[in-house]
Amino acid sequence: MLDGWTLAIVALLYVGILFVIAWFGDRHGRRWVANPWVYALSLAVYCTAWTFYGSVGRAAVDGIGFLPIYLGPTLAAAVSWVVVRKMVRISKRDRITSIADFLSARFGKSRRLSALVTTVAVVGTLPYLALQLKAVATSYLVLAGGADDGAALIRASALAAVVLAVFAILFGTRHVDLTEPHRGLVLAVAFESVVKLVAFATVGLWVVFVLHDGPGALFGRALERVELAALTELQIDWSTWTWMVLLAWSAVLFLPRQFQMAVVEIVEENHVRRAAWVFPLYLLAINLFVLPIAFAGRLAFDVGGVPTVPPDNFVLELPLAAGQSGLALLVFLGGLSAATSMVIVECVALSTMVANDLVLPWLLRPALARSGRDLGRRLVHIRRWAIVVIVALAQLYLMTLGAEATLVSIGLVSFAAIAQLAPAMLAGLFWPGATRRAVSLALLGGATVWAYTLPLPTLMHGGYLPAAWLETGPLGIGWLRPEALFGLEGLDPIAHAMIWSMLVNVGLLVGVSVIRAPSSREARQAKRFVDVFGPSTTDEPPAWRTATPLRAVRTLLARFLGRERTDRVIADYYGRTVVDDSAIADAVLIDYAERLLAGTTGAASAHVALRSVAEEHHLDRDEVLELLDESARTLATSRELAEKSRQLEHTTAELRNANEQLRELDRMKDDFLATMTHELRTPLTSIRAFTEILYDQPDLATDRRRAFLGIVLKENERLTRLVDQALDLAKIEHDELGTRSREDPTQLLDEALASFSAITERREIAIERRIATDLPAIEIDRDRIMQVVVNLLANATTFCKEWVRIEATVHPNTIEIAVADDGPGVPVADHDTVFDKFHQSETSTGHGSGLGLAICRGIVHRHGGRIWVEPSDRGGARFAFSLPIQSGAAS
Amino acid sequence: MTSPHDRLRPVRLLALFLFGLVLFGFPLLGLFSRPTTVFGLPLLYVYIFGAWALFIALIAWLVEG
Repeated sequence: MLDGWTLAIVALLYVGILFVIAWFGDRHGRRWVANPWVYALSLAVYCTAWTFYGSVGRAAVDGIGFLPIYLGPTLAAAVSWVVVRKMVRISKRDRITSIADFLSARFGKSRRLSALVTTVAVVGTLPYLALQLKAVATSYLVLAGGADDGAALIRASALAAVVLAVFAILFGTRHVDLTEPHRGLVLAVAFESVVKLVAFATVGLWVVFVLHDGPGALFGRALERVELAALTELQIDWSTWTWMVLLAWSAVLFLPRQFQMAVVEIVEENHVRRAAWVFPLYLLAINLFVLPIAFAGRLAFDVGGVPTVPPDNFVLELPLAAGQSGLALLVFLGGLSAATSMVIVECVALSTMVANDLVLPWLLRPALARSGRDLGRRLVHIRRWAIVVIVALAQLYLMTLGAEATLVSIGLVSFAAIAQLAPAMLAGLFWPGATRRAVSLALLGGATVWAYTLPLPTLMHGGYLPAAWLETGPLGIGWLRPEALFGLEGLDPIAHAMIWSMLVNVGLLVGVSVIRAPSSREARQAKRFVDVFGPSTTDEPPAWRTATPLRAVRTLLARFLGRERTDRVIADYYGRTVVDDSAIADAVLIDYAERLLAGTTGAASAHVALRSVAEEHHLDRDEVLELLDESARTLATSRELAEKSRQLEHTTAELRNANEQLRELDRMKDDFLATMTHELRTPLTSIRAFTEILYDQPDLATDRRRAFLGIVLKENERLTRLVDQALDLAKIEHDELGTRSREDPTQLLDEALASFSAITERREIAIERRIATDLPAIEIDRDRIMQVVVNLLANATTFCKEWVRIEATVHPNTIEIAVADDGPGVPVADHDTVFDKFHQSETSTGHGSGLGLAICRGIVHRHGGRIWVEPSDRGGARFAFSLPIQSGAAS
Repeated sequence: MTSPHDRLRPVRLLALFLFGLVLFGFPLLGLFSRPTTVFGLPLLYVYIFGAWALFIALIAWLVEG
C-alpha cells in the first residue's frame, strides 16, 4: 500500500514532467518532432488504459480474445502507405484538421454532414474517455488501498479529469491556426508511449522471471489448471473475432485522436513509411506479456477457480501482493501515461471538431454581421470550453453508466461508433461515385442502429429504461429487442450491433449513391480526393465569381488570423507589400483565402465565411445546358471557319500556281526574244558585212563578187526560214492547225522517204524501211505530220554516218513512228531539253534554226501524241513520236 | 522516374493485407487452437506472435525496401 497523498504528489509530479516536455517541445522541439521514430511513438496513443489494464483483464477470462484489438491495427499498418498517406496528402493540401472536416470537405463542404460526424465522434468517444478516467481512478484507489466504493472512484476520477483538461487546454489550444503543429503535445505523447511500454515490459519481465521461473514454468503451472488450460485455446467465436479485428482496423485509422496524430500532426509524409512497421512492433511488444501476467494473476488470486480481485487490476495487484511498491508505482505511472495521452489528444481532436463543426456554424453568421471582433481569439475560447464540456460529459457517463462495466467492453462500444465513419471515409478516399446525400444518410442510419443496439441496452441494464424491454422488446414488439434485432440471437452484442449497423450504413451509402449520380461539383471534388496522387488535380479553376474588392477579403481574414498575419499572407500572394485594397480579388485569391481559413475554422465554415464576402459560382442545370449549347454553336462556327480557310488556302495555292506559270511563261518569252534576236542578228551581221564589201569595192573580181552575193543570198534564205519557222511555231502553239483528214500513214512515210532519195543516194546512206503492213488510217493534219517526219529525216541524214531507219508500229491505241540513225546520238542529260526552242546541245554544229524540234513537239502535242528521243540500237539517236488511232483530239 | 518496386508497392502492400486477413483469420487460427505446447508455451500463443512478427517484418521489407 502506498500513501494516498504520496501517490497524488507522484502523479502531479509526473504530469509536471509532461508539462516540461511539452513546453520544451513547443519551443525547441522542431528537430525532435520532425523524426519518424517520434511519429511512430505518437501513434502509440492508440494504446490506452484499455491496453494497459484492460487487456490483462480480458485475457484472464478470455485467453487471446484481447488480441484482435492489436491485430486490426497491424493489418491497417500494412495499408497505411496507401490509406494514411492519401489522407495526409489531401489534408495538407486542403488544410484539413479533423475527420469531420475531412468528410465535409470531400462531400460538398456540408455543414450538416460535419456536424453529424462530430456528434457521432463525440457521443461515440465519451465512453472511451470515461474508461480512461475510471482506470486512473481505480489504479489510484488500488494503490492507496482506500475505500473501494463508488464515491471514492468518482472523486478520484474527477480530480484526474480536471488535471487532464487543464493540460489539454494548455498544450492543445495554443494556436488559432490548427495546421500549426502542436510540437509539445506530440513530444509529450511520444514520451508517454515510451513510459507505458517500459512500465508494462518491466512488470511483465518481473512476473515471468522473478515471480515465476521463466515462461515455461509459468505456463506449466497454469496449464495444470483446467480452466486456465482452456484459455490457451480460442474462447471466442469467429464472428466476434472477425468483427473485433475490423473494428480495430477502422479505429486505428479513423479515431479522432489517431487522425490527429497520424494525419494532422505529421511533419513529413514520408514518416508513414517508418511508422508502418515500428507502430505494429510497439503493439506486439506491449502485448507480449499480457497472457503471462493474466495467468500469473489467476494463479495468485483465484479462489475456487474464480478471481477474487478484478482481473483489470492484476497488473497492479501482482506487485502489490509481493510487496513491490516501487514496481507498483511504476505500473501506476505507466497506466497514467496511457490514460493521460489518450484523454489529452482525444480532447484536442474533439474540441476542434466541436468548435468548428457544431458551435461555429451557429455563431458564424451573426458574428460576421457584427464587425470588428477578433473571431480567431473567440474560436480558441470555444475550443477550450469544448474540452471542459467533453471531459465533464465523460465524467458524467462514468458516474451514471460506466462504473460497473469492464474496460474492454466500454472501449468496444466506442470502437463500434467510430466504425460508422469507416465506410464514409473509405468511399471518400477511393470511390468517386459516393455522394454527399448517401454518406449523410449512411452515417445517420448506421449511428442510429449503433445507438439502439449498444448504448441503449446499457441504459436498460442500468435501470434508466425498463429492463424488461431487453426481453420483450419496446412496447412488447419482439423483433425490436435491442440485443436481438429482427430476432437475430445468439451473437456477441458487438457482433450483433456491427452486423445491423454496417448493413444499414454500407447499404445506404452504396444504394443512395448509385440511385443518383454525383453532381458535377461533387464529381470534381471527388476527383480532387480520389486522384490526389494523379496529375492535374491542382489546376482546377476555383468556383468563385470575382467581384469582391480585396478589402473585404482582407477584413474577413484579419478577423480570424489577426491583422499582421493577414497582411503577410496577402503580401505573399501578390509578391509585394503594397496592394491596392480596392482592386478586385481574383478567384484564385478567394480560393486561397478559403483554404487558409479552413485551417482555422474547418472547410465548411470557411466556405460559409467566404460566401459572406464573395459570390460562389454555382452552375445550375440550365446554365450548364446553355453553356453546352453555346459551346456547340461556337464549335459549329469554328468548323465553318476552318472550312472557309481551307477553301481560301486552296484558292491561294491555285493562284500561286497560276502566277508561277505566268512568271515561267514570261521568262520563256524573254528567253525566246533574246535568243530570237541573237539568231536574227547572226545572218543580218553576215549580210551586212558582205554587202559593205561589195559596196566599198566596186572593182571586185567577178567570181569573188558572185561568191559573196551567194553568201548574202544564203543568209537571206536562212533569215526567211527562221522567221517562217518562228511564225509557224507561234501558230502551232496557238492551236492553229489546218483541216484534218483521214490519211494512210504508210503512204505519207513513203512520200517523205522519196523526197530524201536524192540526198541519201549522193551521201551513200543506207535507208532501212521497217513499216508495219497493217497501219490503220488516222485522222491528222497531213502537211504538219509530213513536216515532222521530214524534219526528223533531215536531222537523221545530217547527223548519221551511213545508216538511217524509218519505223512505224501499231500499239493498241496509238501508232508509233520513229527515225533512228548511227550518228553521235543525244546525251541522256539532253533527252528532255532537246525539244526546247533554240536548244543547243554540245554536239550540235550550228546549222538549223534551233526551232525544228520545238515545232515537231508542238505539232505532235496538238495531235494528242507524244514525242521523245532515246538511244538507237546502233549507238545513234532514235527520235520517235506516237499518234492516237482514234480521233487526234487537240488537248 | 519511379522504380518498378515503387509502382508495385501499393499492390504488394494490399496483397500483404489480404495475406494478413488469412494469417489472423479464423480457419487458420482454428488449426492452431489445440492443447499443445511448444517449448512449454501454448501453441496458439506461439503461432500468433510468430505470425505477427513475420507480418511486421514483411511490412518493413515492403515499405523501407
